[in-house]
Amino acid sequence: MTTKLPSDKIDIQALLKESHINEVLDELDKDLVGLVPVKQRIREIAAYLLITKARLQLGIEAAKPSLHMCFTGNPGTGKTTVALKMAEILHRLGYIRQNHVVSVTRDDLVGQYIGHTAPKTKEVIKKAMGGVLFIDEAYYLYRPENERDYGQESIEILLQTMENHRDDLVVILVGYQDRMSTFFKSNPGMSSRIAHHIDFPDYDENELLEIAKLMVSAMHYNLDKHAINAMKAYIQKRKQQPHFANARSIRNALDRARLRQANRLFNDAIKHKKETTAEDLSLITEADIRASRVFNAGLDDGLNAKKA
Amino acid sequence: MMTNPNGIVTQGQFSFLPPLTDVQITAQIKYALGKGWALSVEYTDDPHPRNTYWEMFGAPMFDLKDPAGILMEINNCRKTFPNHYIRVMAFSSVRGVESPTMSYIVNRPKNEPGFSLVRQETDGRNIRYTIHSYATDKPEGERY
Repeated sequence: MTTKLPSDKIDIQALLKESHINEVLDELDKDLVGLVPVKQRIREIAAYLLITKARLQLGIEAAKPSLHMCFTGNPGTGKTTVALKMAEILHRLGYIRQNHVVSVTRDDLVGQYIGHTAPKTKEVIKKAMGGVLFIDEAYYLYRPENERDYGQESIEILLQTMENHRDDLVVILVGYQDRMSTFFKSNPGMSSRIAHHIDFPDYDENELLEIAKLMVSAMHYNLDKHAINAMKAYIQKRKQQPHFANARSIRNALDRARLRQANRLFNDAIKHKKETTAEDLSLITEADIRASRVFNAGLDDGLNAKKA
Repeated sequence: MMTNPNGIVTQGQFSFLPPLTDVQITAQIKYALGKGWALSVEYTDDPHPRNTYWEMFGAPMFDLKDPAGILMEINNCRKTFPNHYIRVMAFSSVRGVESPTMSYIVNRPKNEPGFSLVRQETDGRNIRYTIHSYATDKPEGERY
C-alpha cells in the first residue's frame, strides 16, 4: 500500500460527525452519575471503533474487531443502561445493523430436559441477530455442582455463534465480579472471545444522592432542604443493610416515598379539609422519607418490620 | 412444465429467474421483516404442484429483527437437505390468522427429472389427465 495517494487520507472529524456518537456519549455523561472508569472505557472503545472503521474504509484493516463484552458489577450500578447505550454506539458506527438489545437470563437459554436447550438457545440467538444479546447473571449458565446441567450445552452454542457470526451479533455478558471470574475460569474459551471487560464500581453516598435528585426531577417531584438531608441519612443507613442494590434501592425508596406522600395528601384533604396546591402535589417532605422502616427497625428479614 | 424453458420446477415467487443469491434472499427477508411478517423455512422432495404442505424446518420464526437469523436457518436446512426443495415462506397476521404472503424456492435438487403426463381412459372415450413426477417413483428420502 502506498501512502502518497490523496485517497489514503480520511477525515476522522467527518466520520465522527456523521455517526453522531458524540451525542450518545454526552447523553451517557449526563444521564449517568459517577461511573467515571466506565465512561472512560466506553469513550476508549468508541474511539477505537471509530478508528477501526476508518482503517476498514482505507483497507488497512480487513477483519472487523471482536466486540463481545463483559460487564461486571453489583446490582443497580447501571449495567443495563450502559448496555443500551453501547448498542446505540455500535449501531451508529455501523457495527450492528439493528439498534436493539435482547435481554435474557439463564431461563431463556437453558432447557428443562435433554434436547430442549439447543433449540431454545438458537431461538434466542436468532432473535438477537443483527443486534446485541444481553445475558444477565451470565454466571448461572454454568453450574459446576451439577455435571448433568444443560448450561454447558448452551455455552457451547453461544461460543460457536460468537465465533461464526461475529458480524451479526454482539454478546454482552453481565454478572457479579467474583462469580463471573469463576465462570471464566471454568470456561476459558468464553474469556478469550470477549474483548472488553468493564467493571462497574459501586456508587458512593454523594453519587447516590445525586441519583436520587435526578430521579425525583425526572418524576416531576421536588425535595425540600430537609427532605434532602433525610435522603442523605437514608442512604447512609440503607447502605449498611443487606440487599442494597445501589440506584435500584434509591428508586424503590423514592417510589415508597411517593406512596406515603399521596397517602398524606389524601388524609389532609379528607380528614382535615385542607386545600391542596400544585406545589403540595409535587413536594416530597422529610416526613415522607423518614417514615421508612430503614430508620427504625431495619429490614433484616422484612417480616418483623411491618411498616413499609 | 412444458412451458418452462429451464426444465425446472416453478413454484412461488421468482422461480422463473436464475437461483437467488444469498444477498438477494437477505433483501427479500428484509422486506418481509419490514412488513412485520413471520418467516419460516420448509422443505420437501415431492415437487408436485398441488403439494402445498411441505415439511417445516423448525418452527416459524416470530419477533426477529434481522435477516441474518433466518439466513442462518436456511443454511442449516441446506446443510441437512442439500438435494431437496427448500422454500422460504412469509406469513402476515393482518387478517387475524397467519396467512402466507410470500413463498420462494431457495434450494433445489441438482437434477430435476420433471413430470410425465398420464392419460387415463374412462367412460366413453373420455380421458383424465394426471401429472406425475418421475422423482416420486422412488420412496421418500431417495428421490434426488
